[in-house]
Amino acid sequence: MRAFDYRRAGDRAEALSIARTETARYLGGGTNLVDLMRQNIEAPAALVDVSRLPGLIEDTPTGGLMIGAAVRNSVVAAHPAVRARYPMLSRAILAGASAQIRNMATVGGNILQRTRCAYFYDAAGSHCNKREPGAGCDAIEGFNRYHAIFGASEHCIATHPSDMCVALAALGATVHLAGAGGERNVPLLDLHRLPGDHPEIETILRPGELITAIELAPSEAAANSGYRKVRDRSSYAFALVSVAAGLGLAAGKIEDVRIAMGGVAAKPWRAARAEQVLRGQVPTRERFREAADTELAAAKAFDGNEFKVELAKRTIVAMLSELAGTEA
Amino acid sequence: MTPVAAKMKRGDSTDGGAASALGSRLSRIDGPAKIKGQARYGLEHHPANMAYAVIVQSTIPSGHIRAIDSKPAEAAPGVLLVITPDNVMPLKPITTWTGAPSSDKPYLALTREINFTGQHVAAVIAETFEQASEAAGLLRIDYEEKESIPSYDDPKSGAGNPLDAMAVAWGDAGRAFAEAPVRIEQTYRTPREYNVPIEPHGLVAEWQGDMLTVWEPSQWVNFMIHNYAEWYGLPDEKVRLISPYVGGGFGSKAFALGHGAIATMAAKMLNRPVKLAVTRPQTFTAFGGRPATRQTLSLGATKEGNLLSIVQKGANETSVDGVWVEPLASVTALMYATPNLSARQNIVPVNTVTPCALRAPGENPSAWGIECAIDELSYEVGIDPVAIRLLNYAEEDPHAKKPWSTRRLREAYEEGAKAFGWAKRNPKPRSMRDGHHLIGWGVAAGTYPVRRTAGEALVRIFADGRAEVASSGIDMGQGTYTILAQTAAEAIGMPVEQIEVKLGDSALPGAPVAGGSQLANLMTGAVHKAATAARDELIGLAINDPKSPFRELQANTLSIADGVISPPRGGESMSIAELLRRLGRDKIEVQRDTLPENANSAADKLATYNTITRMRSPTDGDYSLHAWCVHFIEVRVDEDFGTVRVSRVVSALDSGRLYNPKLAESQWKGGIIMGIGQALLEEGLVDPRQGRVINNNLGDYLIATNADIPDIEVISVGVPDFHASALGGKAVGELGIVGVAPAIANAVYHATGKRIRELPITLEKLLGD
Ligand SMILES: Cc1cc2nc3c(=O)[nH]c(=O)nc-3n(C[C@H](O)[C@H](O)[C@H](O)COP(=O)(O)OP(=O)(O)OC[C@H]3O[C@@H](n4cnc5c(N)ncnc54)[C@H](O)[C@@H]3O)c2cc1C
Ligand code: SF4
Repeated sequence: MRAFDYRRAGDRAEALSIARTETARYLGGGTNLVDLMRQNIEAPAALVDVSRLPGLIEDTPTGGLMIGAAVRNSVVAAHPAVRARYPMLSRAILAGASAQIRNMATVGGNILQRTRCAYFYDAAGSHCNKREPGAGCDAIEGFNRYHAIFGASEHCIATHPSDMCVALAALGATVHLAGAGGERNVPLLDLHRLPGDHPEIETILRPGELITAIELAPSEAAANSGYRKVRDRSSYAFALVSVAAGLGLAAGKIEDVRIAMGGVAAKPWRAARAEQVLRGQVPTRERFREAADTELAAAKAFDGNEFKVELAKRTIVAMLSELAGTEA
Repeated sequence: MTPVAAKMKRGDSTDGGAASALGSRLSRIDGPAKIKGQARYGLEHHPANMAYAVIVQSTIPSGHIRAIDSKPAEAAPGVLLVITPDNVMPLKPITTWTGAPSSDKPYLALTREINFTGQHVAAVIAETFEQASEAAGLLRIDYEEKESIPSYDDPKSGAGNPLDAMAVAWGDAGRAFAEAPVRIEQTYRTPREYNVPIEPHGLVAEWQGDMLTVWEPSQWVNFMIHNYAEWYGLPDEKVRLISPYVGGGFGSKAFALGHGAIATMAAKMLNRPVKLAVTRPQTFTAFGGRPATRQTLSLGATKEGNLLSIVQKGANETSVDGVWVEPLASVTALMYATPNLSARQNIVPVNTVTPCALRAPGENPSAWGIECAIDELSYEVGIDPVAIRLLNYAEEDPHAKKPWSTRRLREAYEEGAKAFGWAKRNPKPRSMRDGHHLIGWGVAAGTYPVRRTAGEALVRIFADGRAEVASSGIDMGQGTYTILAQTAAEAIGMPVEQIEVKLGDSALPGAPVAGGSQLANLMTGAVHKAATAARDELIGLAINDPKSPFRELQANTLSIADGVISPPRGGESMSIAELLRRLGRDKIEVQRDTLPENANSAADKLATYNTITRMRSPTDGDYSLHAWCVHFIEVRVDEDFGTVRVSRVVSALDSGRLYNPKLAESQWKGGIIMGIGQALLEEGLVDPRQGRVINNNLGDYLIATNADIPDIEVISVGVPDFHASALGGKAVGELGIVGVAPAIANAVYHATGKRIRELPITLEKLLGD
């Protein structure tokens, strides 16, 4: 780890002004950034601690929910409004990491956590374009069991590891940002970038831009929602494949459906094609399978993760069947 | 040791003795210190003026270093020294644990020649750890890479070297197999597995003149000081190693390793104490774990399921510059009665660190093969998996042709099956389900030999009523402190709270390796002998000393219990402390060893404590000595996802007499938990291109978490076995893991109808049709 300055921001304006003047990084719970600094994969000159900025969970005028970026993951997961109105979000968070890490991790940090690709972490000897642009990607012909089946490029096939973001993607959350040029809002689905030619650029954030909050719109489907995570062990493991889904039914038909997948791409993957197949249909296992097949038709697997295509389909079907009460 | 834990005793002694006596469920007496953070581990010892060393490892699997530019590192802030192959201090060659010289050339901890990725190539020593780490990144190393052999699956590796001396054969196994009415032939594989003890490796080294002190976790204090002493051409007495607590080792902390050489030489070169902690990623190549193994097993049998022949062809990986044999026939040639058997094994050199011992080396992968194969045979002939094992039960050691000392394996099947409810099992695969979960029940047996080496102990009884037991033997969590206190308490007749046990210090009386599941047996034997002698001396004083109130009495009439000496039929009794005070003695001190009387010279002791040459094999003598176990395991396999979770374990084990059932059960359960991880999760991922272990951390090298472990029921079916050890115990520590992985694989077959013959059993192996 390299030496760095540490500053705690008292309010948003202070955070923005420090971040503007130095090669600084925001610090949430530090559970990802500090690990990366220990490995010298990240080496910021300064850390601006934003974990003590006012963080609230509040109802919005339109009946949605606003969650401050500094709120701890465990607080979001336990919040009564989240549990009642957006259960998939609560379940997704609780399916991630460990209790200790969730107690430290913030919403902003969770969204911006970096990939768990083992070659990315292995700075002592592996080649990685994300860590060192132009160095090559050892995962493409190496161990890629955890890697992407959607949206990968010839330069990087890593996945985004967050569970929380999968639920946020399914919910169509909006990310509130503040920066030197003022405030702006972007859909969570547009926040992360696919690797393309520049896997080192992971989001559309501008230098020094701060995530201030996440906004959830009211949703019928969200109330009947859940999260399924398939992993090697029962706890403390990243998803091989995960699915967040919500199902709104009216008169025996699917009125609203939200599906997103984790562990399959460099960003949380909204299964828009599957949703399209399902809208207006009677919920049956066969329909769910058809929707999953449609979504996964575009998947492109590698040697080590071919199983993910079928696994993702089955996870979608299992999740939707549970929500529709059509479990075999 | 605080008396707190001792007061929380349960008192359900299996021997009917006092609540704290040998055989009772006394909690670990070192527990409170560990829970309160008061137990100081080796690396937590920080002498004044200590510098920090950080190791740099090679990034190529094979080749040599053309040049190392260490100038930028040397110029970095705080850097005191950079050690490279160019200035490494040549050390003298050591004697290996087998008693043979390692080499006639000097030992170089760093060389220009590279044989595996992750080989130590340099070390940076600085004022602080951060400065050393920073400077370590500034070394410029110019490699010339050669072609490498990443694993034994690479065709370049060839078939390897046959180990003819280890071949086992009786009858004509090849022919018997060819002619057998029923034949099974399959290959079973295990990947590279790593020890990953939670306390990483490392040491603090300090020289005072020509005296070296090392604070380092150790499973074998005497051998390690001997290693250090030989490296520096010193007598053993000039090296002191202090290892009061060890945070797990599983076989990996018995030798002084390369990092030990580097830290001690750095301390010498700088003339100040040096701390070197191997980082977690570095531990994956700083010492070897269990090598990858493969074995093809051919079982020939009658239609009724009687074995006619077992043919085993096995191989394990080793390194290009070292030899590690993972004995794959150890269970194969022991478990079942078969008229014909042939077992041969090759070792295949590849570019890796030399593999080493990981809990039950040999027995573990050996049982994986034979216990899966016998299960396959049971289905082939249509017999219950327990029944086929009993049908082929070995009434004597089929290899050594000697009677078992004790083999309570039948009882283990019976009691385990009863507790598990095995009789209710529908043998058909895929016949049990609960919603999306396919449920499977599997069984497998395991065994571990009883190894016997002599030991030594010092017992002191003080005039203040306390007693002390001392040995260089160690406690890595298995309970040595506790059972030795219990042994001494019982032998002397004192409350266990009054006994302090000192361990893990080379200044104390010698002990052989805490490995091979032998330490509890040999140390209870030595402590019992010394404590009994101390008690005899006390009684001798009581009846002979003119100042003693008991001097009129005969020998053998006094009794000692709870620290109080009593004459027969009432009369004045007196505490041990009071008697010693009256006699004007401040202590009684007795040291005893269990070496043979005709071979207990100083040289014999060195050979006993510094090598394994005096370790008696399980078949040395009239009997064959082994511990036994059977695991009954239930798995739930999610039909959609292929994920396997273990939902129930009942294991029945025969470890002979248990000195402390609570601690023995913990050892068994720990082994079973490790076995669950081995079956479902553990696998070193070695990238064949650079030879890197890419999951070299505890986030990516998966071991079982609490959430993966169900309630585990363990049942002791052992009886005291006095052929096995002085006080009747057999092997405990390594027994529990043996047979767990095959029981799980067999349960997975029962659940799904799929045979997985390659560990670990990950979901993609079950997802396909
Ligand atoms: C062993 C382990 C297991 C894990 N398992 C899982 C798992 O199963 N599922 C899962 O989803 N996650 C898992 N995680 C990851 C964990 O969820 C993340 O580390 C955590 O969410 C990051 O949050 P943080 O607040 O600690 O972020 P930090 O480490 O503080 O920051 C992460 C990044 O976000 C930036 N940042 C933080 N706040 C802001 C802000 N307000 N505005 C702009 N930028 C900001 C930082 O600059 C940094 O780049 C695991 C982590 C570990 C260590
Ligand atoms: S997949 Fe991406 S993160 Fe992983 S090695 Fe390749 S470039 Fe690096």
